[in-house]
Amino acid sequence: MHTPRPASVRQLFWAFSWLALQGFGGVLAVVQRELVEKKQWLTPEEFVEDWAVAQIMPGANVVNLALIVGDRYFGWRGALAALAGMLTLPLLVVLGLTVALSGVAHQPAVQGALRGMGAVSAGLIAGTGLKLIAALKGNAMGALACTALAALTFIAIALLRIPLVWVLLGLGLPATAWAYHRLLAQAKTLGAP
Amino acid sequence: MPAWGWPELATLFLHFVSLSLLAIGGAITTVPEMHRFLVTQQAWLAEDQFSSSIALAQAAPGPNVLFVAVLGWTVGMNAAGGAAAGAPAWAFASACVFAAMMGILLPSATLTYFAARWGQRNRERPTVRAFKLAMAPIVVALLVATGWILTAGHGSWVSHPGPYMLTLVSAAVVWRTRVHLLWLLGAGALAGAWGWV
Repeated sequence: MHTPRPASVRQLFWAFSWLALQGFGGVLAVVQRELVEKKQWLTPEEFVEDWAVAQIMPGANVVNLALIVGDRYFGWRGALAALAGMLTLPLLVVLGLTVALSGVAHQPAVQGALRGMGAVSAGLIAGTGLKLIAALKGNAMGALACTALAALTFIAIALLRIPLVWVLLGLGLPATAWAYHRLLAQAKTLGAP
Repeated sequence: MPAWGWPELATLFLHFVSLSLLAIGGAITTVPEMHRFLVTQQAWLAEDQFSSSIALAQAAPGPNVLFVAVLGWTVGMNAAGGAAAGAPAWAFASACVFAAMMGILLPSATLTYFAARWGQRNRERPTVRAFKLAMAPIVVALLVATGWILTAGHGSWVSHPGPYMLTLVSAAVVWRTRVHLLWLLGAGALAGAWGWV
């Protein structure tokens, strides 16, 4: 089966530049749209796996994701190209805006527009999460365990405001043990005809 | 002339270096510490400069971590006497942007790069596979939780229903349709500018 992939380091740079420039209020929703739905460089399952690593490691999540995806295709050159694409043009744009808006940033209309875009970008992030629930279907842990883990994570982070590190340790470690157990059980069933 | 020199530039760089590896969940999680250092301790930024730098970078295109660049730029401009001070001020502010961005990115990017390579080389190991499977539902729920937290920052949904409605509608549209995301953001900006949210 032919899997689409970037043709060159240059293409990788421009792909990440283009998606970063569309990412007002955060890039994640655009990354999912462009790389999974349009270009199909990643399946939804691969995207969730890479996103898990990007999210767990310290630093900006989408920057980490760019490094991981870039490295996958072209090694360190790809990682650098994706990183440079993600940051260079948006950096120039945001500094340009800083200079241009330094006089008017306090006006109510500008403040209101920033607030409105902030509310939409919050929705974009949540909507991307809802969409990715579909990628959990084949998860070896089973539907019940996945639902319980997702519900507990939401409660711990959104409602109880527990720091992320503790949520990752408290839920991630037992979940990994459970997934390991299920993988072994699966391997046994497959091994014994 | 900038009242600043190499020692201050190095201090700025090292401050962001020290936060880089702590930024689990994104650079935005270390904002309280940046505020303590830049505004309270060093007085390099005024209170309103700090919060408007972050709001602006959040709304602008690109990764949210670029708020660090805006903070660096503003610190540099303050130290160099503002944009009116001419080319030296612009050059100095650019140096501050470079110091701040390198500081926040280098340690975490290096760690992520090598950790991801290790994970990719060992992806067939049962422990690595189990870890990735286990993390999938957690990170998916984290996204929904992040959307929730960002909206809840506007205040209670009883007194400020506007932002909640806007977030709900855009989440549903992203989930169920393929409408271009920029239309949604444009609509949000207009609704905000007209004072609906």
